[in-house]
Amino acid sequence: MTTDAILQLALFLGVLFVLAWPLGAYIAHIIRGEPKGEQTGPIRLLAPIERVFYKLAGVDASEETGWKSYAIGLLVFNLVGVVLTYALQRLQGYLPLNPQGFGAVSPDLAFNTAISFATNTNWQSYTPETTMSYLTQMLQLTVHNFFSAATGLVVVVALIRGFARKSAGSVGNVWADITRTTLYILLPLSVVFALVFVGQGAIQNFKPYQDVHTVQATTYQQPKLDKVGNAIKDAKGNPMLEDVTTQTQTLAMGPVASQEAIKMLGTNGGGFFNANSAHPYENPTPLTNFLQMLAIFLIPTALVFAFGRMVGDWRQGVAVLAAMTLIFVVAYGVCVWAEQAGNPALVSAGADSAINMEGKETRFGITASALFATITTAASCGAVNAMHDSFTPLGGLVPMGLIQLGEVVFGGVGSGLYGMLVYAILAVFIAGLMVGRTPEYLGKKIEIFEMKMTAIAILVTPILVLACTGIAVMLTAGKAGVANPGAHGFSEIFYAFSSAANNNGSAFAGLSANTPFYNSLLAVAMWFGRFGVIVPVLAMAGSLAAKKRLNVTAGTLPTHGPLFVVLLIGSVMLVGALNYIPGLALGPIVEHLQMIAH
Amino acid sequence: MSNQKTNAVRTQAGYAGENQVAQSGDTGRRDKLSLLDPKLVTPALIESFKKLAPQIQWRNPVMFVVYIGSILTTILFIQALGGNGEASAGFIGAISLWLWFTVLFANFAEALAEGRSKAQAESLRSTKKNVVAKKLSGPSKSASRQIESSADLRKGDYVLVEAGDVIPADGEVVEGVASVDESAITGESAPVIRESGGDFTAVTGGTRVLSDWIVVRVSVNPGEAFLDRMIAMVEGAKRQKTPNEIALTILLVALTIVFLVVTVTLLPFSAYSVEVAKAGVPISITALIALLVCLIPTTIGALLSAIGVAGMSRMMQANVIATSGRAVEAAGDVDVLLLDKTGTITLGNRQASAFIPAPGVSEKELADAAQLASLSDETPEGRSIVVLAKQKFAIRARELSEHNAHFVAFTAQTRMSGVDYDGRQIRKGAIDAIKKHVIAIGGSFPDAVGKAADEVSRRGSTPLLVSDGERVLGVIELKDIVKGGIKERFAELRAMGIKTVMITGDNPLTAAAIAAEAGVDDFLAEAKPEDKLALIRNHQAEGRLVAMTGDGTNDAPALAQADVAVAMNTGTQAAKEAGNMVDLDSNPTKLIEIVEIGKQMLMTRGSLTTFSVANDIAKYFAIIPAAFASTYPQLNALNVMGLNSPSSAILSAVIFNAIIIVFLIPLALKGVKYRAQGAAQLLRTNLLIYGLGGIIVPFVGIKVIDLLLVALHLT
Repeated sequence: MTTDAILQLALFLGVLFVLAWPLGAYIAHIIRGEPKGEQTGPIRLLAPIERVFYKLAGVDASEETGWKSYAIGLLVFNLVGVVLTYALQRLQGYLPLNPQGFGAVSPDLAFNTAISFATNTNWQSYTPETTMSYLTQMLQLTVHNFFSAATGLVVVVALIRGFARKSAGSVGNVWADITRTTLYILLPLSVVFALVFVGQGAIQNFKPYQDVHTVQATTYQQPKLDKVGNAIKDAKGNPMLEDVTTQTQTLAMGPVASQEAIKMLGTNGGGFFNANSAHPYENPTPLTNFLQMLAIFLIPTALVFAFGRMVGDWRQGVAVLAAMTLIFVVAYGVCVWAEQAGNPALVSAGADSAINMEGKETRFGITASALFATITTAASCGAVNAMHDSFTPLGGLVPMGLIQLGEVVFGGVGSGLYGMLVYAILAVFIAGLMVGRTPEYLGKKIEIFEMKMTAIAILVTPILVLACTGIAVMLTAGKAGVANPGAHGFSEIFYAFSSAANNNGSAFAGLSANTPFYNSLLAVAMWFGRFGVIVPVLAMAGSLAAKKRLNVTAGTLPTHGPLFVVLLIGSVMLVGALNYIPGLALGPIVEHLQMIAH
Repeated sequence: MSNQKTNAVRTQAGYAGENQVAQSGDTGRRDKLSLLDPKLVTPALIESFKKLAPQIQWRNPVMFVVYIGSILTTILFIQALGGNGEASAGFIGAISLWLWFTVLFANFAEALAEGRSKAQAESLRSTKKNVVAKKLSGPSKSASRQIESSADLRKGDYVLVEAGDVIPADGEVVEGVASVDESAITGESAPVIRESGGDFTAVTGGTRVLSDWIVVRVSVNPGEAFLDRMIAMVEGAKRQKTPNEIALTILLVALTIVFLVVTVTLLPFSAYSVEVAKAGVPISITALIALLVCLIPTTIGALLSAIGVAGMSRMMQANVIATSGRAVEAAGDVDVLLLDKTGTITLGNRQASAFIPAPGVSEKELADAAQLASLSDETPEGRSIVVLAKQKFAIRARELSEHNAHFVAFTAQTRMSGVDYDGRQIRKGAIDAIKKHVIAIGGSFPDAVGKAADEVSRRGSTPLLVSDGERVLGVIELKDIVKGGIKERFAELRAMGIKTVMITGDNPLTAAAIAAEAGVDDFLAEAKPEDKLALIRNHQAEGRLVAMTGDGTNDAPALAQADVAVAMNTGTQAAKEAGNMVDLDSNPTKLIEIVEIGKQMLMTRGSLTTFSVANDIAKYFAIIPAAFASTYPQLNALNVMGLNSPSSAILSAVIFNAIIIVFLIPLALKGVKYRAQGAAQLLRTNLLIYGLGGIIVPFVGIKVIDLLLVALHLT
């Protein structure tokens, strides 16, 4: 790693931990407001709004339920969101705030997008500035950015309560939890970040798109597209290109800053523009770039601190955070090294240096692009400021690998921590046996039911990724979308399903995924990848809450020391490696070996 | 007095037993069959083939996958023999053969563990033969009797057992007292006393009365006897998977499913790669099955059931019968041990350690009187007084017959004993008994003696007063002797995170002194059975698991409440039924050993699981480059072991996977080494051995097998 890379990383982590610690205390405070929900401090000003919502919905916020009602509530809430988002996309042509007059989104794309935003994936098979009206972006996509993050939050809140409570029959009130996490955590933070983004030059308007006359005529090549937007290929299977010359540039407008804030804070990642955070209106300055990276990790990190507080031992949180941080730092090191080392073929082709600048913004360069890519895939954000598809094989393996670890390295809002806690349960199960006791974590015995739920939660995403990739490479419809021949084409498909099932949303964008086949299969992967984990985690929360909490003795496996950190990292890496090594060997690994062989 | 005597016999026997166990370590004493004794191995080999039946294989999901894989590769082999196989018939045949071996090795491990248990059960069964019973018409020796076979006895029948007879069934003594040889079930040669009333009424069928006679009320019907239940447990006929075993199986099944998906999807991945790279052929089904079998946790899957059987078996070797595997598992989790003072922490009997004379009395005078008072006292305490007087003042035991001596025996009413001779009236007894006695005959009780007695109590000893007529001569200090080595055992337990609590009927002063000397963490003084129960409930409410031992009927509620409850075999039927384990040696210190065996079983499971999963890394490095060599020759860079050829690489991985099972059978049966350490240290050690070792060993093993295959021209 270069000094620059180390300094950027150190600064990033330093600021992150300093901000996340008090935020963690605040989140714990909000969550502990149960069951009465009395808030103190300036935040109580928002309390009347909370009460109005309960009154309108006829919810008694103090009435807690078991995990089943909690899970059903959450599923219904998200299903309604999916249906409304689908409807709005189909009807946007008839609705206001559509200065460009976009028509209805195609059924398969609308379905894919609705699921994508509801599951916190924000996979975008479309180009937003040529597809979605301002109303659709604001009312459905931005709203989902809040609610999908809140969904992740309440699940981890229920799980933490499962650990913290003793012999309890309930895990909380799902409606109150969603309302409070949105109102007191996501909303205030988003307001602050949005204002800073506007101050830095991110746009926020309802204007129609602006045509500007460029100083220089630009000639460029673009792939020839057919009517549905797929690249037309020549006889050899390579995409056909056409020359275009123009002196007019259309600048897309819109209420960007407000969506940008929650896109990062909620680890959603769905860009207002196709270029996502590489676009100057989304991410105008180095400061916003830094703040965007910070916003991605902020709540996931704070939640880990909040977890430590709520289970009554801050070291438990720090241990989990240490495991996440170590994996993250190593991943970043590999990524930045790979991009810096670049492609030897560039030098032999006459370039000054091998470093890999393809697909990167010159504003950000190697280090900030590699850091952003590592952060956005460690967390299940998926926002990008560079093309992951253009990374070197190993540089691209890092984002793909982080996604495949199950988005537990910081991970999504809520989902990162609950995912990591599932791994912690797996780790203590085996390690607990090794110290001669039936396993326990945080004083709760890990028994048959917990093991069943852990098994499901850990099995769901690899099965989805592997099975869907398998289906895609067998079918003509799957193979049609691949732009790059050879092993990289396989990597693109593999990345797409890894990203979808683990709810990341970034892509090796060489794959043309806006086809009925990919839209449907990816939607299936996203939905089950999300709720196939959430339901067993909530079931586990319920079962843990009902258990008594055992005393810690010298014979108890300590879960706060360096040894446990190593063990946790080991479990995450081992499960990830065992699941994905064969696939990775046929994708990025062989790509790398082919590259250096040249 | 007789009750006390029994107690002494019992505890001495128990203590000796403990020493023996400590010396002989794991081997136990009833079955000295070595691990790979031909007597066990031959039937286990036969059993391995019998276990190939699908309905048996089905019970172990991980091995069932291997079983299916073996059948599939066999079919592929037959197809290849026909000339249109997906690979050479030799390669497929070799893979198929080693997959069958994998299944057989797993069967063998289980059969061997079961065989050992069966051998133990056999030796138990040999004690249980049909004997002639003298059935009585009523609960009295004088009732009319008739001769019957023991098999015909029913619950509630009365039988007379006389010297030389074998007790025909489990039961309770309702009349009489006898010494009984229980070596058939305990392996302990010292006889024990069984008598009606009190806590030593239980007798076990198959044991032999050595002297006197007893009338026994049969407490079980044929087939339900204690011995029958033990045999059934040990034979594994009733062995059900324990909760933790089920939880682990779920994890293993989950891993198996993952790897099934990984290998199944590898077929389209491979086909696609061939298509885009335009080179090579897709991976063969044989290679995929080989990869699958290597990846799924076969090592632990094959040995899991053997570990469980061996755990029960180790308990048996320690002469403890657990009524369920669940109890063995719970033993590993225990946080608090409740230990009775007498017999567990201290030797059952107290010993005289000092004479403290009253003012105006010489120590020698006191010693002399004390010895005289104790001459007829056959209790260990009494004998120790005689010995102490002899050691200190060379006062020898005298023949008192010519002095017209009259011995006064201990009674519950007077609570004194002593001797009357030559007009002297020498007594010894508890403080208040002697005080009452001397005041009644006109004497006075010196304050100094009272103080000295208090002082003795404070030290944790028991004061015994001696009087001559109306004169109080002084105090004999009877000291509780803490067992040798017990303090170190408690320190070990503390390191393991287990808290020890001493339970005693003594007053708090005495209890505190002994507790300090023995090094227990806490004590419960003046304990009544209900206090014990309350203490267990308190600990459980605070989230601790409690283990205790007990033998009396009044222990039964506490035994039923405790998480691990070890009843002494000498204890009452009620106690045995309330507990979840029975210690045949009736050695309360055994509790510590039980905890260790429980922990060892869990550790063995955890360590072998870690080892099994860690193995996969090396197997990937062996098989992945081999499987895709024809499509992407560059992947040979991953062949870090430098294996000879794709087929030798795959075959070596499969052979390693099979052979490692055989190598680990001894470990599964003996259990991983247990050290009394805190959890953090234990984890570090075991992670290093089984985690890191599990990563490294297969790299070496696969390479060696590959070299052998090449050297033998087998590839």
